Amino acid sequence: MRKGRLAAMLAAPLAVALLASGCGGGGSSASADTVTVEWGEPENPLIPGNTTEVNGGNVIDSIFSGLVKYSPDDASVSNEMAEQITPSPDNKSFTIKIKPGWTFHDGSPVTADSFVKAWNYTAYGPNGQQGASFFEQIKGYDDVNPADPDGASGPQEAPKPTAETMSGLKVLDPNTFQVELKAPLAIFPTMLGYSAFYPLPEVFYTDKDGFEDKPIGNGPFKFDSRSPNESLTVTRYDEFKGEDKAKVGAVEFKVYDELDTAYQDLVSGNLDFIRQVPVSALTGDKWRADLGEGAQEKPGLLTQNIAFPLYDERFKNPDLRKAISMAIDRPTITQQIFAGSRQPADGWTSPSVEGFVPGQCGEYCTFNPEKAKQLLAKAGGFDGTLTIITNGDGGHNEWSEAVASSIRQNLGIDVQYTPTPTFSEFRRQANAREFTGMYRTGWVADYPNIETFLTQLYRTGASSNDGEYSNPAFDAALDKANAAPNVEAANKLYADAEKLLANDMPVIPLWTQPVQAGFSTERLAEAKATPFRKLDLTSVTLKQQ
Amino acid sequence: MGRYVLRRLLQLIPVFIGTTFLIYAMVWAVPGDPFAGKCGERPCPESYVKEMTEQFNLDDPLVVQYFKYLAQLFSGDFGETYNGVQISQLIANAYPTTVRLALVALVIEAVIGVLAGIITGLRGKGFLDSLVLVSTLFLISLPVFVTGFVLKVWLGTELDLIKTSVGSDPTFGELLVPGFVLGSLSMAYVARLTRTSMMENKRADYVRTAYAKGLEPRRVVGVHLLRNSMIPVITFLGTDLGALMGGAIVTEGVFNIRGIGGLVYKAILTKEGMTVTGIVTLLVLVYLLMNLLVDILYAVLDPRIRYD
Repeated sequence: MRKGRLAAMLAAPLAVALLASGCGGGGSSASADTVTVEWGEPENPLIPGNTTEVNGGNVIDSIFSGLVKYSPDDASVSNEMAEQITPSPDNKSFTIKIKPGWTFHDGSPVTADSFVKAWNYTAYGPNGQQGASFFEQIKGYDDVNPADPDGASGPQEAPKPTAETMSGLKVLDPNTFQVELKAPLAIFPTMLGYSAFYPLPEVFYTDKDGFEDKPIGNGPFKFDSRSPNESLTVTRYDEFKGEDKAKVGAVEFKVYDELDTAYQDLVSGNLDFIRQVPVSALTGDKWRADLGEGAQEKPGLLTQNIAFPLYDERFKNPDLRKAISMAIDRPTITQQIFAGSRQPADGWTSPSVEGFVPGQCGEYCTFNPEKAKQLLAKAGGFDGTLTIITNGDGGHNEWSEAVASSIRQNLGIDVQYTPTPTFSEFRRQANAREFTGMYRTGWVADYPNIETFLTQLYRTGASSNDGEYSNPAFDAALDKANAAPNVEAANKLYADAEKLLANDMPVIPLWTQPVQAGFSTERLAEAKATPFRKLDLTSVTLKQQ
Repeated sequence: MGRYVLRRLLQLIPVFIGTTFLIYAMVWAVPGDPFAGKCGERPCPESYVKEMTEQFNLDDPLVVQYFKYLAQLFSGDFGETYNGVQISQLIANAYPTTVRLALVALVIEAVIGVLAGIITGLRGKGFLDSLVLVSTLFLISLPVFVTGFVLKVWLGTELDLIKTSVGSDPTFGELLVPGFVLGSLSMAYVARLTRTSMMENKRADYVRTAYAKGLEPRRVVGVHLLRNSMIPVITFLGTDLGALMGGAIVTEGVFNIRGIGGLVYKAILTKEGMTVTGIVTLLVLVYLLMNLLVDILYAVLDPRIRYD
């Protein structure tokens, strides 16, 4: 027994040491004035110029205010920090006057310099900011961020920048600055509400690490605390000078891995808002029954498409692409897979965007098996297996199967759905131009103008033109629209450009996705989801208890 | 005894280095580019990719990368994730939660499993034995996410008895249901293991001798029979604690528990090699120490077991 005792004496403290680490105490308590919101971990440090994804963007949007803002109802554009944005007659340069008296959360004033310096920082290549490309229209961008001659993966290094600041940005006086563009762009002011264009306080440049831990903005909320992978809290900034002041004391962004879990939490009162209703709750309109008044639906700024790798010889014939498009039964698929919660698309943009024209795709986006077969015959048929490639981790499996079977049945060719395991692998193939079949594309608008759905995706050599579509007539039409005298004229011309896509069908529009969000009517009186699928935090009001 | 423990502790070093290297290499063997999917549907700007590649030594050969990482680790720095968060902070946030969850699961599976095992083991064939057999079979055949989801919806949403998700610093009460879900599979195994072990030892010579000496049945079972029968069960429970800490991915997902399992899972998907290695290193340590603990406990249970 002696040995046993000794062993027990050794084992006991070992066990205690192992387990003690798990028994820290203390509970977190949210105050009654705190609204909890479904959220995900951001992919980058919370710097406006380095945040292009939606989770980081949600927080950034609450703690920063831009020159213009987008209405949470219909995404219409109005001035926020800008007092006046005056374009030159040719729309090539813009004089921006900002409202005086605004301050950052640390008390320092927001000046024209706060914008110019921040934009230069974001655009400067060696700073490695994700949002750098948003400044490519500004004169002098190529000097601060020269392109790598053979792409990021090639052996050659990008040349050193020859300048540290863009020559197109000039501070005129503390409250005014001028932006000169490379080419005319009438809709430039619309873009200015995007997070990459937010100003930065002086302290950012002196203490970047400190700023990453505790971002300081000029928005209606100020950063309070963050517990990585768990939650982030912002509190109301009482000296906010804008019109839309926050009505609640604090907002807690809560990290969820599963949308279904967040939804259950919302229904049982543990969460106040979700940005997106899971597909499981859309079936049979369950979510409307569950949430009542809290069920929100509005047109969104998101599209879902199938694109062709035009660098592959087999897809060069537009008639083949049209035939495939016409063989897809969009109404039935949206009804059966999404319980009618998606609208079949008839164009390449989204209905809620400024400048939208319905029916741009015309008969080529209408289900017509007869005509599809004729077009396929005209194109000389299709040899081998047609594949549809999507990332298997994004909830695209069901509709991809449905689209594959719709094409198979109506065209009589062999169609296979072949998922790639992760989004990251899917994007790697897209960037490396390795697709051998049709692939999924989706686009979320950065700013509310139809241009956001056209230039980046279909212009020759554009950054997200993964299929390598190129049509000089389309490029010329875009140029013409960019140079239009005003936004209305520009929108008409963008729509004309969009119309050209119908002849080429480089990408098949499938459906557009409305924003379907939900809030808890137990605690909130009002909460608006924006067309960008974010919660408009300043609109949130609590119920009188 | 002391020498034995010391030898076992020294063995930890090569095992530790070997496992961390394997993990590091495996994370990088998974094909894919960590920055391919980071900028949504658009490719990341070249300057961004270049900056990140430099910052995380991704251009170096794997071995160099690993040793740079190890040097960093020995100076107490777990490194940063791609989104600029200290990995040590992530672990410090997630670990207590996971340890608590694993403990709750372990206690539930040990108490219920051992009790069911003892009762059925002593009584032998009969209604109760069949009942335990059927219910353990049922638990083993149900995937964890089914058990978890059914319990969550039924107890949480329908009956409103529990919260459907667990807060960031959960109490033991909040973790009861998730702990039950997590431990349910092992609970079934513990019950079966205990039962078999008891059945086997019931007819052993020493038990017969104990009865023949005229000892009380309670003492025979409690002190003599149970102690010997517990050896395989303790082995199972010990290694299971390690498994519970790393393998709670599904349970943590269902109840939105911000623990280690989900953290590792997400890090693997986003190719955050440093995060994966950092966490797995800790899991390896837990496994090794638990194994040591179990081995030492053998002597307590069965004095015939000698070390050295």
